[in-house]
Amino acid sequence: MLESGKHDGTPTTASGQLKERLIEALRAAVPACQLLTSDESLAPYETDALPVYRQLPLVVALPVDASQVQGVLRVCRRLGVPVVPRGGGTSLSGGATPMPNSLVLSLARLNQIINIDPLARTATVQPGVRNIRISEAAAPFDLCYAPDPSSQIACTIGGNVAENAGGLHCLKYGLTVHNIQRVRALSMDGEMLEFGSLAPDMPGLDLLALLIGSEGMFAVVTEITVRLIPKPAMARLVLASFDDVETAGDAVAAIIGEGIIPAGLEMMDKAAIAAVESFVHAGYDLEAAAILLCEADGNREEVAEEVARICTVLQQHDVRDVRVSANEAERLKWWSGRKNALPAAGRLAPDYFCMDGSIPRRAIGKLLKRIQGMEDVYGLQCLNVFHAGDGNLHPLILFDGNDPEQFHRAEDFGADILERCVELGGTITGEHGVGIEKLDSMCVQFTPAERDTFLAIKRAFDPAGLLNADKGIPTHARCAEYGHMHVSGGRLPFPGIERF
Amino acid sequence: MGVNPAPSTPVLDRLRDQVLMSAASGTALRIRGGDTKSWYGNPVAGQVLDTREYAGVVAYDPAELVITACCGTPLAEIESTVAECGQMLPFEPPHFGPDATLGGCVVAGLAGPRRAYAGAIRDFVLGVTVMNGRGEIMRFGGQVMKNVAGYDVARLMAGSLGTLGLVLEVSLRLLPVAVTTRSLRFVMDENQAIETLNHWAGKAIPMSASAWHEGELMLRLSGSHAGVEAAVAQLGGDFVADDTAQAYWHALREHTHAFFTSQTQDEYGAALWRVAVPPTTPALALEGAQWLEWGGGQRWWRTHEPATEIRRIADLAGGHATLFRHAVDAEEGVCAFSSLPGPMATLQRRLKAVFDPSGIFNPHRIDPRC
Repeated sequence: MLESGKHDGTPTTASGQLKERLIEALRAAVPACQLLTSDESLAPYETDALPVYRQLPLVVALPVDASQVQGVLRVCRRLGVPVVPRGGGTSLSGGATPMPNSLVLSLARLNQIINIDPLARTATVQPGVRNIRISEAAAPFDLCYAPDPSSQIACTIGGNVAENAGGLHCLKYGLTVHNIQRVRALSMDGEMLEFGSLAPDMPGLDLLALLIGSEGMFAVVTEITVRLIPKPAMARLVLASFDDVETAGDAVAAIIGEGIIPAGLEMMDKAAIAAVESFVHAGYDLEAAAILLCEADGNREEVAEEVARICTVLQQHDVRDVRVSANEAERLKWWSGRKNALPAAGRLAPDYFCMDGSIPRRAIGKLLKRIQGMEDVYGLQCLNVFHAGDGNLHPLILFDGNDPEQFHRAEDFGADILERCVELGGTITGEHGVGIEKLDSMCVQFTPAERDTFLAIKRAFDPAGLLNADKGIPTHARCAEYGHMHVSGGRLPFPGIERF
Repeated sequence: MGVNPAPSTPVLDRLRDQVLMSAASGTALRIRGGDTKSWYGNPVAGQVLDTREYAGVVAYDPAELVITACCGTPLAEIESTVAECGQMLPFEPPHFGPDATLGGCVVAGLAGPRRAYAGAIRDFVLGVTVMNGRGEIMRFGGQVMKNVAGYDVARLMAGSLGTLGLVLEVSLRLLPVAVTTRSLRFVMDENQAIETLNHWAGKAIPMSASAWHEGELMLRLSGSHAGVEAAVAQLGGDFVADDTAQAYWHALREHTHAFFTSQTQDEYGAALWRVAVPPTTPALALEGAQWLEWGGGQRWWRTHEPATEIRRIADLAGGHATLFRHAVDAEEGVCAFSSLPGPMATLQRRLKAVFDPSGIFNPHRIDPRC
């Protein structure tokens, strides 16, 4: 898993020659000032938001429109140079890590909002537009773009399409795949493709659904039409604390079972509560084993009705304390704790892994208890924040990356959590993507026939295998190696851990 | 590695044998469940592969909002199972007959009146188990709400019309049935109805269905008691009695109204076209009778106009047109679906070959060329 993490700043003679030929050929496609070629200017692009993986690209291209993107792709296709598309560089799975001897295609300068149609409730934008800018631009029409990943001030809509990004409100309003109507994208051959339509249900196979979440491996997105929804008139947040994580997990299942779909339903464990309280002073109950944040939105009458129903369910589930936000300031203060969980974790240790498993809701309490047990086994601390309503967990494993032994223990801890998720009927990634981080775990979740299908789909879009090709889907050789390492001599690593 | 055991039962073994024999001999297979939608899409000639023996609910826990069931399970059984727990299939699928199965429902990809406000089938597909043209049984997606491990092959199966493989099991996301539902009637012309529906969709109004036909706009509201009552007070219109409203939405969903069934020689005997356009598209310049729904996005036409003219008009609006049911005196050689641009058609053919290298599953059903 570490081979791509090695620094490779000094080009070999062969890659030096390739770089010169590439730069020469690219001059016809984009002005020289839109190419980064020196090691200093390339350095910011050697990694994304998962900085344990680093690789310098040969060149970074910064096109400003679709025809320049097309020109760059055609040059790379001709020269056989791998291309790694990049938006805001906020991937938590290494999805924008450069491949060796590759070109990084930054879409950051395709940053125009082309059109907002308030009657049709759509916004047509370029891929480099930041997520939050769409809702800001739609606000004068009382409309918004629903998916709101925590990185929404920095991540781009193009990256959201590549990763099928979620957010705090997707339980009620859906993921990226539910909120995109049409995508225009260039194939690796430079051919313009249109996925989806502003009319419902295009004929043929639904390739828009397949493209969304394909981690930039099928085509380079150049234009996106998103669906806008009416901005809820108001929202209130219910803050509940529990003495036991399993009770909190049961309360989550009970809310959903009662027929309530809250706008947001988040959970944090004791360690996460302590970390964020000392960071942002959100007003959480420090004595609690877990807290739930449950939001109701809509018009005043709807919100009052839903808050009452939520509180009734909570009272039936051994809640320690229930509070309802009295005003907007309090609601935002309570959310600030949850939204700052990652930076709060960053203050506790030099490094952390943010895991992203997804499980059936009923297993939340069970998995939390297991993770607590693993902390002792691996000798590392783990904070837990969840999109509980979706069954999507973000365990934050704290470690010091300068200590290689600790780094490996953290990696094993993470892989162990993901394998438990698969055993519980869940998945290794709910919203962050496989990238390069979770390639080994893909070997656990999918059979060889399933992985063959993925690889064949990739070839259908990109026969030359040049577009972000080292992400998402592991090769069979890699899985064979991982399987061998994992059970070598019939011994599992950390045999003391109870498996379930 | 990979932990998914390939399920094996006598029924599955028989299905696999049939697939492998067809692949070996190059015989086309026509996948059939309750035989309620075999008229939909281009005609398929081939040996029938009957899915109905592979039936039953595999898993259903109301607190998870997910049901997993086998392809041959009657759709009516799925709906009554989840209704007992106050839940529903959010896309309100048409059955088009009492024997409709879950598998047929998913691969047909058709949705009912709620589609414009809740989403299409693909929006609720969480996972599938599918048998490919090599007889391999594979799982994609799962039973969880959020899942980005591997490409989203599960959603690709919705609307694939059985051309990629035999969908064996499906996991669908459910939603709770709304606490309150009311329907309202308004009198207005077509363009006014289109404008009004799009305007309302931009407000926080809990719409769950809309339709316009012969000067009458029907609207269904579903949500919390408070939310629905607030909308009723805001919108006005005439209140429609619950049983009348239910009959109306059912007749529209199931095409049992005379508009859809009539076989007379006037325009009601003409072909039934489904014209899908961006919802804000003004009234289409076609001759015939029309029923509009989905906030303006779906327009049913009974018309004698030639296919080329209907498709030209749909195309101009940025949409497409499907020949849903043939006329008594049908035009010869008309494809069921609008054709795709060249590069996209090539891509679709390559993807079919990934799953079905011998081209045995429902050939020509979507694309007469493959």
